[in-house]
Amino acid sequence: MAQITFISSDNKSTVVSGNSGNLMELALQNKIEGIEGNCGGVCSCATCHIYVQPEDWTKIGPPNEMESDMLEFDDKTTNYSRLSCQIQVTDAIDGIVVNVA
Amino acid sequence: MTGKSSQTCIIIGASHAGVNFAFALRKEGWQGSILLFDKEATLPYHKPPLSKSYLNAEDHQKIDALYPLESYTTDDITLKLGISIASANAKDQTVTCQDGKEYHYDFLILATGARPIIPNIKGIDTVKNIFPMRSIVDAVAIRTALKKSISKKVAIIGGGYIGLETAASLKKLGATVTVLEREPRVLARVTAPEMSHFFEKLHHDNAVAIHCNKNVTQLAHHNKTNIISCNDGSIYEADIIVVGVGILVNTELAEQLGLELANGIKVDSTCKTSDESIYAIGDCTNHYSPHYNKNIRLESVQNAVDQAKIAAASICGHEKHYNTIPWFWSDQYDVKLQIVGLTTGYNQLVKRVETAKEKSVSFWYFKDDELLAVDAVNNAKAYILGGRFIQSKQQLNKEKIKDSSIAITPTSFL
Repeated sequence: MAQITFISSDNKSTVVSGNSGNLMELALQNKIEGIEGNCGGVCSCATCHIYVQPEDWTKIGPPNEMESDMLEFDDKTTNYSRLSCQIQVTDAIDGIVVNVA
Repeated sequence: MTGKSSQTCIIIGASHAGVNFAFALRKEGWQGSILLFDKEATLPYHKPPLSKSYLNAEDHQKIDALYPLESYTTDDITLKLGISIASANAKDQTVTCQDGKEYHYDFLILATGARPIIPNIKGIDTVKNIFPMRSIVDAVAIRTALKKSISKKVAIIGGGYIGLETAASLKKLGATVTVLEREPRVLARVTAPEMSHFFEKLHHDNAVAIHCNKNVTQLAHHNKTNIISCNDGSIYEADIIVVGVGILVNTELAEQLGLELANGIKVDSTCKTSDESIYAIGDCTNHYSPHYNKNIRLESVQNAVDQAKIAAASICGHEKHYNTIPWFWSDQYDVKLQIVGLTTGYNQLVKRVETAKEKSVSFWYFKDDELLAVDAVNNAKAYILGGRFIQSKQQLNKEKIKDSSIAITPTSFL
């Protein structure tokens, strides 16, 4: 079971837990403000953009080419941007904190 | 006005539009009850994966629910699944279910979607294992039939996105797939010939047979398989037939309610119909697009989700107006197609092939100097920037777009 803290754009912090699916789905299930996941998690809409805390980056790792192409020209993209639909919820990411972009 | 607790909002249709509307309505502050009806009994699920990842998953994959059941409980959304609405009355503001139960509404949302066209081909009632591809029931039936089939021969009637995605998915499952398209090329209704040819080649390279100019005129069941006859005398055999020749909008309830129809249910920029208490969202609607300056009907998740949010906001008094550049996607084999904009009316096509990246190509549709749409194959950058250029009506240098030695950046095509 992984515990994840989402911080939405209005600075509201929500701690949720899960052990399957992806981070976007987990956010939707817990109604995290700002995560929409319109395309259903196939890396096509960029409505699930998050920032990973720098200290958690190694747990998550960089995006693949497709995902980084989706993010590259987004004005909100930083060095710690990811699309949450592309991150699997496993024990490996337990304890991470992510901000909604 | 955010709906007194005594008020009722009834939603008919619990797919992407209806479900997102229900949650958006709560989020906008609606205090009344929300009843969400659908004739399908399954917890509302993502439809696009059905012809893609769901169909070709190695093991029977779990249904990809839009929201878990608990979310409906938390938001006090009453699910009425497996219930058909038989009739609706605008004067009394009531809907009546198949079982005779009647419900009163203060607001009614039609998210009735569309149904697959089953063409009137001679002998269509006599063949076995013939399916459309639109619901989870269809996807499960196709998988089950394929598992039982010894020859694994599948014929797909219609070379649109549904037909081609289904072809790619079933091929991955080990089927021998033949696609029969009536037009001279696949995707004829929605793309340029160059894009059609790209996808024809993609399927050819993956050993899926695509035959164009094939008008299926007769179907028959013979010797435990189906026989498909075309107008040019050619004959194909298949244990399983998938029909993907387009959809019909479900407007029967809208007709009963006396709503204005025009290739779908006509809605204004807030998704309101010609009746003050009735809104319509998703595939069943026809709306005016300020950007393209014409009325359009879209069949897409983007349209369903965006209209859902607009309608919910408007009902709760936070009026919003719909004006999004449409976007779509399709997955076939290792190819991801992303589309932004509408190609209708284009008079020039610019093709860009990325030399540094395999199978990465983009088609830029122009009407004179205005970019209308971009079809991006394995090229998210072209898709993202294309969308931005369309929205802002950015003037672009077509020669630069063509030149793959110039990298795609927000300014390199200006």
